Amino acid sequence: MAIKAGSLVDPCSTRITKTGAWRTFVPVVDHGKCIKCSLCEIYCPEGCVHQEEGLFVPDLDYCKGCSVCANECPRMAITMVLEEK
Amino acid sequence: MSEKTTNMKVVEGSYAVAHAVMCCRPDVISAYPITPQTHIVENLSQMVADGDLDSEFLTVDSEFSALSVLIGASACGARSYSSTTSQGLALMYEVLYNVSGMRIPIVMNVANRAIGAPLNIWNDQQDAIGARDVGWIQIYAEDVQEAVDATLQAYKIAEDAQVRTPVMVCMDGFVLTHVYEPVHLLDKELAREFLPDYKPANILDPAHPMTFGAFADPSTFTEFRYQQFEAQQKALVKIEDVAREFEETFGRYYGGLLDGYFLDDAETVIVTLGSVVGTIKDAIDDMRSAGKKVGLLKLRSYRPFPVQALRKALKNANCIAVIEKDVSIGCEAGLVTDLKSAFYNSNIRTPIIGFVAGLGGRDITIKDIKKIVARAEASRKGIESEFEFLNLRTEIL
Amino acid sequence: MEKSLLAPGHRACAGCAMPTTIRLVLDAAGPNTIVVSPTGCLEVTTTPFPESAWCVPWIHSLFENASAVASGVEVMLKRRGKDTNLIVIGGDGSTFDIGMGSNSGMFERGHKILYVCYDNEAYMNTGVQRSGSTPFCVNTTTTPSGRQSQGNPRPKKDMPAIALAHRVPYVATASIAFPVDLRRKVKKALQTDGPSYIQVNAPCITGWTFNAGTMVELARLAVDSGLWPLTEYVDGELVGVKKVRRPKPVQEYLKLQGRYKHLFKGAQGPDLLGKIQAIADANIAKYKLVD
Repeated sequence: MAIKAGSLVDPCSTRITKTGAWRTFVPVVDHGKCIKCSLCEIYCPEGCVHQEEGLFVPDLDYCKGCSVCANECPRMAITMVLEEK
Repeated sequence: MSEKTTNMKVVEGSYAVAHAVMCCRPDVISAYPITPQTHIVENLSQMVADGDLDSEFLTVDSEFSALSVLIGASACGARSYSSTTSQGLALMYEVLYNVSGMRIPIVMNVANRAIGAPLNIWNDQQDAIGARDVGWIQIYAEDVQEAVDATLQAYKIAEDAQVRTPVMVCMDGFVLTHVYEPVHLLDKELAREFLPDYKPANILDPAHPMTFGAFADPSTFTEFRYQQFEAQQKALVKIEDVAREFEETFGRYYGGLLDGYFLDDAETVIVTLGSVVGTIKDAIDDMRSAGKKVGLLKLRSYRPFPVQALRKALKNANCIAVIEKDVSIGCEAGLVTDLKSAFYNSNIRTPIIGFVAGLGGRDITIKDIKKIVARAEASRKGIESEFEFLNLRTEIL
Repeated sequence: MEKSLLAPGHRACAGCAMPTTIRLVLDAAGPNTIVVSPTGCLEVTTTPFPESAWCVPWIHSLFENASAVASGVEVMLKRRGKDTNLIVIGGDGSTFDIGMGSNSGMFERGHKILYVCYDNEAYMNTGVQRSGSTPFCVNTTTTPSGRQSQGNPRPKKDMPAIALAHRVPYVATASIAFPVDLRRKVKKALQTDGPSYIQVNAPCITGWTFNAGTMVELARLAVDSGLWPLTEYVDGELVGVKKVRRPKPVQEYLKLQGRYKHLFKGAQGPDLLGKIQAIADANIAKYKLVD
């Protein structure tokens, strides 16, 4: 990896760091309860909650298990579960 | 001298330099007042107000902001300019490192002035010499003409793809900024030929987003510094090349990395930077007519420090006197220390005697030069004192 | 929301409000945006060489010159006729303290720049030291509570008032707990023909010490207690205030944070809590927050 003079860096390149390795708790979504308000997506500091085929799904490559989504979900559709590794 | 430049006028040094800046066509100029560089930016602002110079002119809130503004502008592809001195340069100290580390080719005139305390507005070179480690190229002008010429050359050196290093063009404050003398003002069209538009490879642009200024941890920081170090080594060649190209275009040559005056057969050589060169040349003329083999080595590029060129130029001297307008408190002074270290591992064993003179604007006379030469010559029999403050007024201590 | 213009993989603490703030701001601004940032948590966590979380052009120079750097960018964008959003996003340490000179100059010169301060109320990146933004009685490492101290003895610097004094045409306070309001304010600010300033409350889990995942809840309580009024000024006139539907006593907000825990034990606690309540009450009265 050659360094670019002036510490110039390509955009969006933090994607190579999978911060999912940080977490202790993992969010589990009960899609039956979900009303698709998208607050989990809005509040997520990682921006790693996405819609996949209409369902809100956390990207476990990056999810740090911060539990903001679980705390804010108005229907309590998200539970934080101790992750087995 | 070539017929190409016919625009010769008696002008104030600051005006001449401002005119040179105008010929460089900067996109953005930032200005903060501080004696004795203020006339430069005042002249530039008048040129903008009269429509003679198409630049964005920003009056900013401090010198810190003055240089910071240029970082943002340059990141968008601007050729940028500011000028400062003394306290202002000191205030910008953090930004100086930032500019060189980000490899931004800003050119700045520094109207060398003493740094307080005690407060002093007159010329010495403490400001720029004290900043010799910040990664900027430093070129020192001996007179107004050279300050003009060096400013145009500076952009060409700074913007070279192999160099990409900012440049300080140093001119002694008041001595060169406020003097009126005849100057060949640059021809705008020739300047444009000599210095084409600035077109950097990467700029802030939503069409091609890039991140500028990421932080580097221990695994990469050294290599970033090394790239800067290497670039200044390349600048050693570029400075010479640009000086020769300038001579071809404009017909004037003030030296590349250094210049000599009666240097070839000199037994005693005076080494110095900046406008005191003028006085020294007159003193040498006197001493030569009395049969003394004295010569001058004018150092033009202080950073990069041209070790090989200095060793070659000074190998036949049998004593060397360094005159400089700065002090490295706790350890002699900048130029003499750098010169001694440049020779240590070579087989040159000539005595080098350092003289601090002209601090805070104190005049250096022809008589002083002759005194320095006599002192330096005495060292051939053995060095009694290798460093001294010239003309120290012991009666007021 | 559109695909985030801040990529994941950045190094912000789990449950940090700062990246949420950035994502909301960028979502409102869109990809035709350049961002300038000072040194701080944002800069350090989003741009560890050779990575960057930024999907828009971004530049960092020093701690105290973001506004000056942005001024240079603005001048060049104008010169080249580019209609690009230009936003400074910086923390309170830079905005309130060390960057004051640079900010003052930028505001006063009238550059078309939106300045967003993510306000976590201390110098967090260096380990939670007091800044000019730190509220009264907060425990920080340089204003610790102790046998002879109750934390920060000074009130929070009123940065929006400073922006207003510079005649900044659009000044607002916002919160991550009210994302629609924040995005609206960003869009409005970006249409301002001149500087704009938005101060966003961004709770810091590491510095304030609170339960995991409660950053939004705390931000909401800050607003509902009256300690963080959501205001909007256009050309110096107060044009908008977000009413508080369910006002809460300040205790409800403070008791959830470790940085205030010394106020809940010891003899001086109730008196100081009363003083903080008075600050909230003054805001409620000044801005008519409660109907």
